[in-house]
Amino acid sequence: MGSGMNKTLLEMKDITKTFPGVKALSNVSFQVAEGEIHCLVGENGAGKSTLMKVLSGVYPAGSYTGEILINGQVQTFKTISDSEKVGVAIIYQELALIPELTVYENILLGHEIRKGIRIDWNETIHKATEMLRKVRLDVNPAAKTKDLGVGKQQLVEIAKALSRDVKLLILDEPTAALNEDDCENLLALMDGLRREGVTCVLISHKLKEVIKIADKVTVLRDGQTVVTLDAHQGEVTESALIKHMVGREIEDIYPKRSHERSDETVLEVKGWNAQTPGAQRPVLKDINFTVKRGEIVGFAGLMGSGRTELARSLFGNPDHYKITGEMLVKGVRQNLTHPRQAILAGLAYASEDRKGNGLVLTQDVKQNITLANLEAIAQNGVINENAEVKEANDYKGALNIKASSVEQTVLNLSGGNQQKVSVAKWLFVKPDLLILDEPTRGIDVGAKFEIYTIMNRLVEKGMSIIMISSELPEVLGMSDRVYIVSSGKIAGELPIGEATQEKIMQLATSY
Amino acid sequence: MQVKDLQKELRNNVREYGMYIALFIIMAIFTYTTGGVFISSRNIANLMNQTGYIAVLAVGITLVIIIRHIDLSVGFLAGFLGAIAAISMVSWGWSVYASIPFVLGLGLLAGLATAFLVANLGVPSFVATLAGWLIYRGALLMVTRDTGTIIIPDATFNAIGNGYVPDLLGKLPFLEGVHKLTLLLGVIAIVWSNISVFKSRASKLAYNFEVMPLDLFILKQVFISALLCVITWILAGYNGISWTLVIVLAVVMVYDFVASQTVLGRHIYAVGGNPEAAELSGISVKKITYVVFASMGLLTAVSGILFASRLQSATTTAGTLFELDAIAAAYIGGVSAAGGVGKITGSLVGALVYMSMTSGMNLMGIDISSQYIVRGAVLAAAVIFDVMTRRTSR
Repeated sequence: MGSGMNKTLLEMKDITKTFPGVKALSNVSFQVAEGEIHCLVGENGAGKSTLMKVLSGVYPAGSYTGEILINGQVQTFKTISDSEKVGVAIIYQELALIPELTVYENILLGHEIRKGIRIDWNETIHKATEMLRKVRLDVNPAAKTKDLGVGKQQLVEIAKALSRDVKLLILDEPTAALNEDDCENLLALMDGLRREGVTCVLISHKLKEVIKIADKVTVLRDGQTVVTLDAHQGEVTESALIKHMVGREIEDIYPKRSHERSDETVLEVKGWNAQTPGAQRPVLKDINFTVKRGEIVGFAGLMGSGRTELARSLFGNPDHYKITGEMLVKGVRQNLTHPRQAILAGLAYASEDRKGNGLVLTQDVKQNITLANLEAIAQNGVINENAEVKEANDYKGALNIKASSVEQTVLNLSGGNQQKVSVAKWLFVKPDLLILDEPTRGIDVGAKFEIYTIMNRLVEKGMSIIMISSELPEVLGMSDRVYIVSSGKIAGELPIGEATQEKIMQLATSY
Repeated sequence: MQVKDLQKELRNNVREYGMYIALFIIMAIFTYTTGGVFISSRNIANLMNQTGYIAVLAVGITLVIIIRHIDLSVGFLAGFLGAIAAISMVSWGWSVYASIPFVLGLGLLAGLATAFLVANLGVPSFVATLAGWLIYRGALLMVTRDTGTIIIPDATFNAIGNGYVPDLLGKLPFLEGVHKLTLLLGVIAIVWSNISVFKSRASKLAYNFEVMPLDLFILKQVFISALLCVITWILAGYNGISWTLVIVLAVVMVYDFVASQTVLGRHIYAVGGNPEAAELSGISVKKITYVVFASMGLLTAVSGILFASRLQSATTTAGTLFELDAIAAAYIGGVSAAGGVGKITGSLVGALVYMSMTSGMNLMGIDISSQYIVRGAVLAAAVIFDVMTRRTSR
């Protein structure tokens, strides 16, 4: 473990960065000592990513005020390659690997080893293998990157950074998309790198892993440094972190709701099978489950277990699986062949991938909120823009969406606020059953609490919710019942009184 | 009057205003270099008629680019359809009133065929329409092989590209030599545009929404009204409003309305911005692809008719490079290749900028080789401006 006595590697002094109309960072100071793991936490929109973009040269020197010192020397990075030259490497949440290239090509991409004007492939493969060993990843370096799981791709990214003689490794929410095993792996690797003297900055929303691994934690709130806590002084606790992040104490992160479930079945799925045309193995096999009115049903399972595929196959089947089986919505047998029909039948599906297939990033808040139900604000196909703004403003208020106005482009919103827009969009179709796929992925504690509160309000009004989540505490904290999915099958059903993390994990790995 | 408000308004809409300012500057330069000939009533009337067939294509292709596709076939398809119109009247002896709907129908079918390749079979639109480019070029040569250029004798048909709306008020005893119907229509346009924006402002205020400060709003309306006055006066000074202008304005108004005010328009932008999100929102990407390519086919037929009518004939090379002129006009008008961004009115202005350069440089007697280079430079400059302003607005 780092002693905390080491010399300062990175110092950022009085960093202020403004965008038109918004002050993203205001006099932020941030110090990282050599050889430590320094975690950076804060709510969405607190300025963490902006700060790292300032550091890496994405926002060039001159576009902000303040100073960056590395080993005591003032740095003025104009581009990302300037910061790479002094040993700063950032690994973003969205992976920057090229799927069609091999693992070794990706690792040395941009820093190819040359022999004359040609690439020295033998040396490349040798170096890549060495780096893979360093990150303890046992894959064939000649494998195509797209054939690796997300967790392994993340390790390839780290190997790529290490191959460049990195001094300061910055990981921006590396575990957001990983399952429990891959998370453990990654944390163990970071611990190993720390022993080898690599300095790490870790941005994360998962407070448990922060507590587990951090030497120091700096909390940002509203673009300002709130505090830097030292783990070796025992200052890093969950309640302390939450308190500093939200600026208030959250008593219970999972708010209570009054339990008045009805016996009316909203969704019943019987003998549901799905198969990709031409593929051998079925995607989903003999799925049976029910959802009652006013219920939150959790769907737990490992990444890739088939939960998202199940949701999409029910929601009008946009992937064009071959489906057999029966699905009844409010007692009526439905054969849905397009998301449009699913919406009309009373279903809504908020995707796990906000940016990929949830929101239209080029459009503004109001246009995203109304997109799935434009008929509600249109007459004879003509949109009433005033009614649209009014509706959007109502949702902006009800869900506490932080945007300068409903005419702001969603591209410029933070992750948590994008998620709220996505939820608002599906509430606007006024569904009977709302499917939320990873509703709190990559968003901070404060926004999570708000999403949970909204969910409670909805079920109290008689809506039913299917919540797909990889975070077990969330599944346990919010669900009335839990189904566990494993390899495309329902591995079990647990009433919330009997569900524990251990039981769920056991079932999730049962096939 | 707050100077700050004005600056803010300009900064927030720099891309939109930038285009109008560019058009104004280009027109001012040519007016100066041609000693006023460029802005003369006669030349402006001509310019409008020349812009017509490109503007109509630019409107269609804007929607195509918005949904992340392209259509290279429109040039020769326009030429081919113009030839069919000529043949139907000259060889088959059809009336103009049968010929035009027939050609419009063919255009629609051609668009649907492209849509089938793109939406159903998954052929990239670049390839599908490149095939169309070759096929329609061959078809045009085939139907004109025996006859060569076909002269169209029908006066009604030829009026579409050359005629003007008759001056029903011409006998009134004032303003000799001025087209008085045009003046009346101009006045109506000014009054109507002012009433409609005031109404929209009032209804926004009723909802308590943010609106432009009153003084700035009035300044803007005064400016727009003055501009309309000048345009009306120039047009009224020659033969008035041409039928081409009527058709182009109708197309632009209908398409702008659909794109900005209707559910269909919103769906088109959503499919362009993020097709997967659109599909999950219950929008059929396939259906939108069909609608957009079908509209492109229809507008291509309109363009073919305008061009054949303007030349009063169908030629073996009609439509050559129209597709690239239309694409250039759309990009000058601010459409984005990344999808989901672009305005119909922008593409109209883009087409005007593009054709103003041709007209102005022709009047100045500039060599065609230099003309191409200048047009290329303006296209690059427009897109650079667009990219830069997009970046700072983030």
